[in-house]
Amino acid sequence: MLDLAKNYFDLFGLPVSFQLNMAELSARYRELQRVVHPDRFAASDSHSQRLSLQGATLVNEAYETLREPLKRAQYLLSLRNVELDADQQTLNDPAFLMEQLALREQLADVREAPDPMASLGTLINEIDTRVRAQVAELAVLLDDRSEQRLETAAQAVQKLQFLNKLLAEAEAAEADLEEAC
Amino acid sequence: MALLQISEPGQSPDPHRQRLAAGIDLGTTNSLIATVRSGRAETLPDESGEHLLPSVVRYTRDGVTVGTNARREAAADPLNTIASAKRLIGRAVRDVKTLGRDLPYEFVDTDSAVPRISTVAGPVTAVEVSSEVLKQLRTRAEATLGGELSGVVITVPAYFDESQRQATKDAARLAGLHVYRLLNEPTAAAVAYGLDRGSDGIHAVYDLGGGTFDVSILRLNQGVFEVMATGGDSALGGDDFDITIARWILGQAGQSADGSRGEQRRVLEIARRAKETLAAADAAPVELPLSAGGSWRGTLTIGQLAELLDPLIRRTVSTCRRVMRDAGVTADDVEEVVMVGGSTRTRPVREQVGALFGRPPLVDIDPDRVVAIGAALQADVLAGNKPGDEMLLLDVNPLSLGIETMGGLTEKIIPRNTTLPVARAQEFTTFKDGQTALALHVVQGERELVADCRSLARFELRDIPPMVAGAARIRVTFSVDADGLLHVEAAEQTTGSSTSVTVKPSYGLSDDEIGDMLKASMEHAGQDRDARRLVEEQVEAQRVIEALTAALAADGDTLLSAEERAGIDRALAQLRDLIGTTRDADAIKRAVTDLESDCGFYVERRMNQGIRKAMAGHRVDEFAGQPGRGVEED
Repeated sequence: MLDLAKNYFDLFGLPVSFQLNMAELSARYRELQRVVHPDRFAASDSHSQRLSLQGATLVNEAYETLREPLKRAQYLLSLRNVELDADQQTLNDPAFLMEQLALREQLADVREAPDPMASLGTLINEIDTRVRAQVAELAVLLDDRSEQRLETAAQAVQKLQFLNKLLAEAEAAEADLEEAC
Repeated sequence: MALLQISEPGQSPDPHRQRLAAGIDLGTTNSLIATVRSGRAETLPDESGEHLLPSVVRYTRDGVTVGTNARREAAADPLNTIASAKRLIGRAVRDVKTLGRDLPYEFVDTDSAVPRISTVAGPVTAVEVSSEVLKQLRTRAEATLGGELSGVVITVPAYFDESQRQATKDAARLAGLHVYRLLNEPTAAAVAYGLDRGSDGIHAVYDLGGGTFDVSILRLNQGVFEVMATGGDSALGGDDFDITIARWILGQAGQSADGSRGEQRRVLEIARRAKETLAAADAAPVELPLSAGGSWRGTLTIGQLAELLDPLIRRTVSTCRRVMRDAGVTADDVEEVVMVGGSTRTRPVREQVGALFGRPPLVDIDPDRVVAIGAALQADVLAGNKPGDEMLLLDVNPLSLGIETMGGLTEKIIPRNTTLPVARAQEFTTFKDGQTALALHVVQGERELVADCRSLARFELRDIPPMVAGAARIRVTFSVDADGLLHVEAAEQTTGSSTSVTVKPSYGLSDDEIGDMLKASMEHAGQDRDARRLVEEQVEAQRVIEALTAALAADGDTLLSAEERAGIDRALAQLRDLIGTTRDADAIKRAVTDLESDCGFYVERRMNQGIRKAMAGHRVDEFAGQPGRGVEED
């Protein structure tokens, strides 16, 4: 086996933290792939090829996990033994849920609007702003060592999950509209 | 062993012995082969100086003709002359029925999942037709380079699905070629352009060939090509332009579109010539011979052409928009747009693409050759001819992979545009008490209904230990390798018993079918199979010996104890003796396998050392400037 079974942050030689230098992350990702990628072993024996495939797969998985704020937050929580199970955890924040409902209604009504493209654009910007705010909140909750706020962080992760899903749906609707015209 | 890839630069085992490697662009209309000689990638011409080999194969009672001669006979002998086999490769009988309207061949009814075209030489598959084209290119390269090819890179449309990729590999196997890697065509083009210019940044590649369309967005960073997103249509290309123009000509001339196969070929040829004339001129004269005698004369203007082709070109533009969205970039972020494929000579295409990205597209490398040149550069690196080379391609899977769930719905396991290689696991459980088997259906595509996606494989997990419903935990791992090919493994978690899975490709040739074809082709060529196998095993053993010797010279003393070193040296000497004395291919193969497994620990140590070196010595300040080149650091 390769010595890759450390945590993903160690793999890239980065501190275990939600706030990451993305340029560093991608630079180290590329360096690791230069060493382990199957293209480096294309003319090689089957044992090296198998190892390289495993290594490159793991490096890709690690990179994707650390690159996406939601996955990175989930991963950090799992490193701190907070398991997230979306089906079992309930989000105890009525105000947030009401807001989600309102945004979903707006999305459903957007086709009926006088200028669907423009309304959808406004809505996407609005969701995007909320996503950014949620990511900023997570940075505080996860990186602030002065107090343990993992429970709150778990709730924030769930909120980000809601928002990401809504954003993806809004963007899919935008794609449909663009393709229709 | 490819240990040399992580050896220090300039320490390749024998710098004077380069492996012969080539890049092949297996196109719908034309194919090319290219290689790197004295540091330059160039396409190889045939004896009469032609670089392009028409991807046309004619079957006669006396044998097979490939290329220009075959294409010349297409109108006279349409049923036995197969063009555009790439449109059929890896496709099912069902797909062919929808494509079939435009394909002037007779298909044989068969039990096999793979469609067969009826010819005077018997039924042939698209895999066999493509292998004839590949054989021709192989012969050309080996004659020019004076030796056998060690391996090739074959390009495929980025949007090719699993079965189309597998079928392309099968064709190479039939042609006796060792495939280092299948490479996506737009990525190959980016390599040709990127290395040429050394320009970092985001690039778009618009690739419209004879029968396929691809678009990719890539980020180039210090020799690493990262594909951000890719998309396309594996059944849209210049052939469709010709068909559209041909219909217009027939309509203008008041002729029916249901002429004989030969007449259809003829009018398509006239349409193609008119299209090619309009690449430079504003009007093309058109003359159509009529069956009643005499001929119809007319003119096709560039304005009319733009109007006729507009719906087709708009489809490609809409795909470009989607791919930019997937990549998370806007047209402003894209620094250069590269045009690839003969169909990008059509001016309305250039105009619409230029308008979309807001800049004139790059056409300075011959759009017919750029893919083969990129493939040759990659083949040279993969063959290990350039140790320490900085170029690396990170490609993605073009289509989402999923499985069928209750109610005929798709659950995505690996979304499109995920960087390869990738593995994702999914847990399944049983539905009934005592259930011992589970059926899985793997599909590829973006649609929610299984019926709208492409069926890749169906298989059963058997021998699940009987338990109460929901107690079994079956972990199925889907992995896609660097060629874009899928592998599936399954294991029951609670008892630790792993379940063997055979993935049966829904639309592929079975191993038996390929075996039969291989046998037939070898008998045909009059080759001695055993002699060939012996040579192959000897070459393979020699390769392993060379690589291991070089590795030992580089770090054998630092990574191995004296005892370990002595063991490996002994095993090496034994293998050397064996290949000098035996003519038993199997014995050599066994010895190589034994040596590899004995040295497994050493291979692992070297790879780990490579990783440690890559990560070692990093200081935060280092990243402020240039990212470190860890492989070369001491």
